[in-house]
Amino acid sequence: MTALIKAKGLVRCYEGQKSLFKRPTPVRAVDGVDLTVAPGETLGIVGESGSGKSTLGRMLLGIDPPTEGHVTFDSQPMPPLQSPSWRTLRAQMQLIYQDPLAALDRRLTIADQIGEPLEIHGLAKGAELKERVEDLLVQVGLRRDQGDRYPHELSGGQRQRVVIARALATSPRLLVCDEPVSALDVSIQAQVVNLLRDLQDSHGIAMVFISHDLKVVRNICDRVAVMYLGRIVEEASSDQIFASPQHPYTQALVSSVPVPGKALEGRILLKGEPPNPALRPTGCAFHPRCGSAVAACASAVPLLEPVAAGRSSACHLSSVSKGLAA
Amino acid sequence: MTFVSIRDLKVSFDGVQVLHGIDLDVDRGAAVGLVGESGCGKSVTWLAALGLLPGKASVSGSVVVDGQQLIGTQRASVESVRGGKIAMIFQDPSSSLNPVRTVGRQIGESLTLHRGLDRRAGRIEAIRLLDMVGIPDAGRRVDLYPHEFSGGQCQRVMIAMALAGEPDLLIADEPTTALDATIQAQILDLLGMLRRETGMAMVFISHDLGAVGAICDDINVMYAGNIVESGGIDQMFAHPRHPYTRGLFDAIPRLDGARNRLIPINGTVPDPRHMPTGCAFAPRCAKASAFCNSARPPLKPQKDGRQLACCYPMIGSGDVADVSPEMVPA
Repeated sequence: MTALIKAKGLVRCYEGQKSLFKRPTPVRAVDGVDLTVAPGETLGIVGESGSGKSTLGRMLLGIDPPTEGHVTFDSQPMPPLQSPSWRTLRAQMQLIYQDPLAALDRRLTIADQIGEPLEIHGLAKGAELKERVEDLLVQVGLRRDQGDRYPHELSGGQRQRVVIARALATSPRLLVCDEPVSALDVSIQAQVVNLLRDLQDSHGIAMVFISHDLKVVRNICDRVAVMYLGRIVEEASSDQIFASPQHPYTQALVSSVPVPGKALEGRILLKGEPPNPALRPTGCAFHPRCGSAVAACASAVPLLEPVAAGRSSACHLSSVSKGLAA
Repeated sequence: MTFVSIRDLKVSFDGVQVLHGIDLDVDRGAAVGLVGESGCGKSVTWLAALGLLPGKASVSGSVVVDGQQLIGTQRASVESVRGGKIAMIFQDPSSSLNPVRTVGRQIGESLTLHRGLDRRAGRIEAIRLLDMVGIPDAGRRVDLYPHEFSGGQCQRVMIAMALAGEPDLLIADEPTTALDATIQAQILDLLGMLRRETGMAMVFISHDLGAVGAICDDINVMYAGNIVESGGIDQMFAHPRHPYTRGLFDAIPRLDGARNRLIPINGTVPDPRHMPTGCAFAPRCAKASAFCNSARPPLKPQKDGRQLACCYPMIGSGDVADVSPEMVPA
């Protein structure tokens, strides 16, 4: 199957603190990421804050130019930011943010905001536009008459539905969702997750779903990539990664999720915190917090290698065990 | 032994009632969880009890801490309880810390206020507290500023500051919500350890049932300014009886088993200005009947030891004795 979007060797460097006395240290927020998303597939990206999830999402859409590497959409290279061809392409790929109130204009009615992408891309106008907007409102579970409301008159869950309706307006083929349900209560979160699942089924939209909430990611994603300090450390199908995590970091991440009715005992507690990306540890970036690190982990960077059919992991230990098994 | 006893606590802002009479007891050494969606009054309950609400809020009812009434008394007597007997930590640690003072001095301030330590003794004690909450290299880091700590470490500093007054009760208001999963696990572990070592009571306010379950012995479920169900953690998790409690559990995506569609609670929390007559949850409840719209069900003790405010509670699975006939309306 041909990939809808494909990233190869993506790197994003930010200049560190500028100071008169210190040389600026470049921060590699994303450090060599390869990934592909097939049409209609949902890829989850999980990791702690500062692991480069959002930067990666922005690079996939071409909003943030990669320092190295390249992105292809539909086998065509991503046009440069703000060029006319990039603007045209943007109709096919949309972004949903975490905070719907910040993503909406408080002075425009929601119908105007949902209709705006249609006007910009010249897809509809007049009565057709009005009809299309009402259609979209109904699709995301809002009422037609709510189009005249302003964002502050809606609840958090309804606002997120408006943001989703606006993203759907241009019938995109790719949706990048950056923590779309993190700001919502669990009961409302379930409503929005179900909505996104319905849209996947009815429209066949491919999604990149960025979240730190593993329970939601498991529910909605086909495949999951785990990021740590700018690199993908494990990638596998959603069922595999949660049932039998391979990388020690994924294991700790999965075990740290508090599940109702499960005691704290027996969970893997990591020591310390994610390191500063400007001071990346040598070798495997995870080795200072890893319970099973060996001498090789501090010196050599493990590569993301296939460990089984459809899954890969970047860990010296899994490649050692694979070597023994072979 | 009851340490804090809240009776019929009511709060209104500008004439809009947001708390409709909360009764809550916290025993010495107990760990009590308070769960519910945002806007249900979880935080307001404790802010009101400790006199931390803005002046426009009108508070009535009774809050007795260790035999001392807090509502309607002098500010000075409330202040002796606050921080000394009861300490509170909040969701966002970095906005609770003063950015221009070192963490050592901020902890020292509590120590001077509540334990009368001088600056020198305060510094030594601050280092001990930082060490206790798991800040590595505490002796050096006591002189650093909040921005030099990460989010998880700032929360540890807040906990150290709360512990400075040797409180009998720690109120943790969403203490791990802003933190990453692995850091959340560390902080939950720390809170559990502190409770075992100091024997202090804890109130854990959170919307995350998993996190509450990891810390608490009892939970209270709040909805629209009322407690709708409360009981021991095991029975509440095994057999939630109130449809709202049940809905909260059902809405959580699972980490194992089939990846089914989630079961949301339809609708949203009612606006306090337009509260439904009768049971506040009735408009969102699948089991509601016309009777539910007529009167608000009171919180009543049940045979199995829990308290419940519902006319048509869920029946415990395979547990026939769980049905209490007195709750079915005539």
